[in-house]
Amino acid sequence: MLAACGLTSADELFGQIPAEARIHGPLGLAPGISEYEIVDYFKAKSERTSNGYASFLGAGVYSHYRPVVVDTVVSRGEFLTSYTPYQSEISQGTLVTIFEFQTMICQLTGMDVANASMYDASTAVPEAAMMAVRITGRSRILVARSVHPEYREVQRTYAKNQGLPIEEFGYDAGTGQIDLADLEAKLDKQTACVIIQSPNFFGIIEDVKKAAELAHAHGALLVFTFSEAVSLGLLEPPRDADIVAGEMQSFAISPSYGGPFAGIIASKEKYIRQLPGRLVGQTLDSEGNRAFCLTLATREQHIRREKATSNICTNQALIALMGTVFMELYGKQGLRELATQNLAKAHYLGSKIKPHFSGPYFNEFVASANGKSPEAINEELLGKKIIGGLPLGKFYPELKDAALLCATEMTKRSDMDTLAEAFQQ
Amino acid sequence: MIRKVRSHLSQNEGLIFEQSSPGKIGYQLPPLDVPAVDPAEALGAAQVRDGIEGFPEVSEVEVIRHFTRLSTWNYAIDLGMYPLGSCTMKYNPRINEAVARLEGLAWSHPYQPESLSQGAMEVVAHLEDALCEITGLDAITLQPAAGAHGELTGILLVRALLESQGNPRKRILVPDSAHGTNPATAGIAGYGVQNVRSNDQGMIDLEELSRLMDDDVAALMVTNPNTLGVFEENIIRATEIIHAKGGMVYMDGANLNALVGIARPGDFGIDVMHINLHKTFSTPHGGGGPGGGPVAVKKHLEPFLPVPRLKRLSDSLTWDYDVPQSIGKVRAFYGNFGVLVRALAYILAHGGPGLRNATVDAVLNANYIRHKLAPYFDLPYKRPNMHEVVFSDDRQAAKGVRTGDMAKRLIDYGFHPYTVSFPLIVHGALMIEPTETESKQELDLFIDAMISIAKEVEEETEKVTSAPHLTRTTRVDEVTAARKPIVRWKP
Repeated sequence: MLAACGLTSADELFGQIPAEARIHGPLGLAPGISEYEIVDYFKAKSERTSNGYASFLGAGVYSHYRPVVVDTVVSRGEFLTSYTPYQSEISQGTLVTIFEFQTMICQLTGMDVANASMYDASTAVPEAAMMAVRITGRSRILVARSVHPEYREVQRTYAKNQGLPIEEFGYDAGTGQIDLADLEAKLDKQTACVIIQSPNFFGIIEDVKKAAELAHAHGALLVFTFSEAVSLGLLEPPRDADIVAGEMQSFAISPSYGGPFAGIIASKEKYIRQLPGRLVGQTLDSEGNRAFCLTLATREQHIRREKATSNICTNQALIALMGTVFMELYGKQGLRELATQNLAKAHYLGSKIKPHFSGPYFNEFVASANGKSPEAINEELLGKKIIGGLPLGKFYPELKDAALLCATEMTKRSDMDTLAEAFQQ
Repeated sequence: MIRKVRSHLSQNEGLIFEQSSPGKIGYQLPPLDVPAVDPAEALGAAQVRDGIEGFPEVSEVEVIRHFTRLSTWNYAIDLGMYPLGSCTMKYNPRINEAVARLEGLAWSHPYQPESLSQGAMEVVAHLEDALCEITGLDAITLQPAAGAHGELTGILLVRALLESQGNPRKRILVPDSAHGTNPATAGIAGYGVQNVRSNDQGMIDLEELSRLMDDDVAALMVTNPNTLGVFEENIIRATEIIHAKGGMVYMDGANLNALVGIARPGDFGIDVMHINLHKTFSTPHGGGGPGGGPVAVKKHLEPFLPVPRLKRLSDSLTWDYDVPQSIGKVRAFYGNFGVLVRALAYILAHGGPGLRNATVDAVLNANYIRHKLAPYFDLPYKRPNMHEVVFSDDRQAAKGVRTGDMAKRLIDYGFHPYTVSFPLIVHGALMIEPTETESKQELDLFIDAMISIAKEVEEETEKVTSAPHLTRTTRVDEVTAARKPIVRWKP
């Protein structure tokens, strides 16, 4: 092949690189190892983690069972090793799965349109806020303190650099729901959107309708986010919101130390041209067969460059596919049953350990023990191979004596009893 | 002559919603081991929804058949060469998938105690070290979720550094050959964009650069090798021009596959760059994600990296949130960890010498294609290319055939098309990147297909302009799709 290129040595391939830009000598990396050794390496790492522990952690990342069929589907090379479906004629498989994903996200959230997925909820929320800024022509963002602390941190990073003022409003110390009076006091004519989460970070279900009424009365949009998608199997969807930006991790996406996940963004029909990211649309091919393609690309960076709605150029296709397979397997009946099981498990735990807030909760809640710090309880539980709840002091200094406890369909009654004992002793 | 494929039966398959009927299920849940709870009682009736309208009801075998049939309508690397320029579609080793699914890694929770996370954190540390060595840069964040996300992170770092010096500045210089994400990123980061015209060789024009560079310019965003696949031979001089007036140089790492083991951005003046793990380090593209977009920097940008930083203590690792000058978080938790595992597996499998060999093969494959196809297609820029080669449709356009038509015809020959009409500085571009994982046999099949298409353009033009002919879906009406968007199924 070198000869065919008119070359005599591989080094000539790099003749155009100035000598001072070249590496002189090998990279400081060990030589390659065999497949067996790679497995060995990662098995050793895998053992130096929480493997074998029961856990009461939720807080935006949930342990739900992953049906075997999910990995069977996403392991197919035709899905795993394809690229973004620009060439419709040989990408109909991916395009159909995204079209079904968009449809089910609409059904789940009560919105009219949804895109092909985002990186995760923490980045979908600021994209939703930027949408609201474009739509309203206003710049101020109001975020509930009960929105996931990490989503708020990412929102701050994005807003700061666009010169968007951002302010937080509080929660009711009794119910754990948003403080409507505080929200109302902070709404003004510059407010582009109000961001709330339900179930919120404390696991408490918000009154979306009231929040929407307040936002709309001041000409602002309501951005709704969620981190526990299973809740939508049971809870009234956020029909009164204008934009929904949430997290699909609960739908057969393993916790994987925090990623990769898939976010969603959905909205009312009239905002479709302000959506960021990929969208798949239905059309016909030249023989009149139903076909699908990427559409409304004029919003996007490869066409609009600096005037694009976002700099995003991919979705999380394979991860979104996990969610799609999950939704189709569980279906209408299964998702409701799954959500009801989560509710029952968490409420069993709630009957043993008194929740700190009085608002209705789905599958997690805040609790504290008399005279014992959450860190001390957790230390004690580790000896029993149980990871306790998330101590809240790091994110909410006023809740430093409390932990966020989560129970899902995978949580065993016996572990909940052990946890309850640790809280009571 | 078409040698790579012949037609076979392709199963029809409707949308899942069209197969749904009440009562069919594809799931199993164990019986509850706690008392049942009435949702309306626990949450209030107003909070509980009716069944999700339109949600599918199907059986497990229907789900399996649905996705298996759909999968056969896709082209994929597993079926053959995927020469999309700038996308680095190389083989995705399956060992990467296996290790990412190991229980202790796949089921680690980001908030579990650090004492129970050391194995996962060691993976992060190992990858951080390897990527710093490969790029010649001093520090790195693995938090960004994709290339474009890494670009944004990188520009925010530049902004933070300049701000700390008293003036964030106003503009970013972007060559006209750049990826669309570059100007879009500059815009999202609050900067104005100024395009830099390339010279007649498709390279950075140093005079133009000197003319545009002033105290208002925050950074130059450069892709190297550039989107023509050509190494910017004046890169060191270009970085000096920017640095002399207090600006930073950002490198888009999309084309890093041409450099690993050969040249390091840190050695040729780059201050900050992102790496596409799904390209260079072969974590799969997955139909458009997930990716990974780590950002590596020189020492002077390190204080601004996102929190948390991984800190190496004498006998353990810890996440450090105490970074006063940090730009903050760009994503929840620590990034796309599962993608990081795959990238590290790839690096371990190759090792230093293997990574360099991969680069040599990638560049050799692209040059082989260039030499074999140069007699048939116009080569607008003649500089030696690295991992990809860009032709134009100049000769075929005389017959009324455009790059997009030949791309569609290539599908009939059993290949995924090359990148069409990019970079924008080449009119009617055919951008071809074979990667190192294609054998000579596969390359020769591709070359034969391209030559055959070039002949068809001369002799059977219509066959090319109406392609593809052998796919189950023919050319789709994208105009109607955009004019009257149908983006969800309705009963």
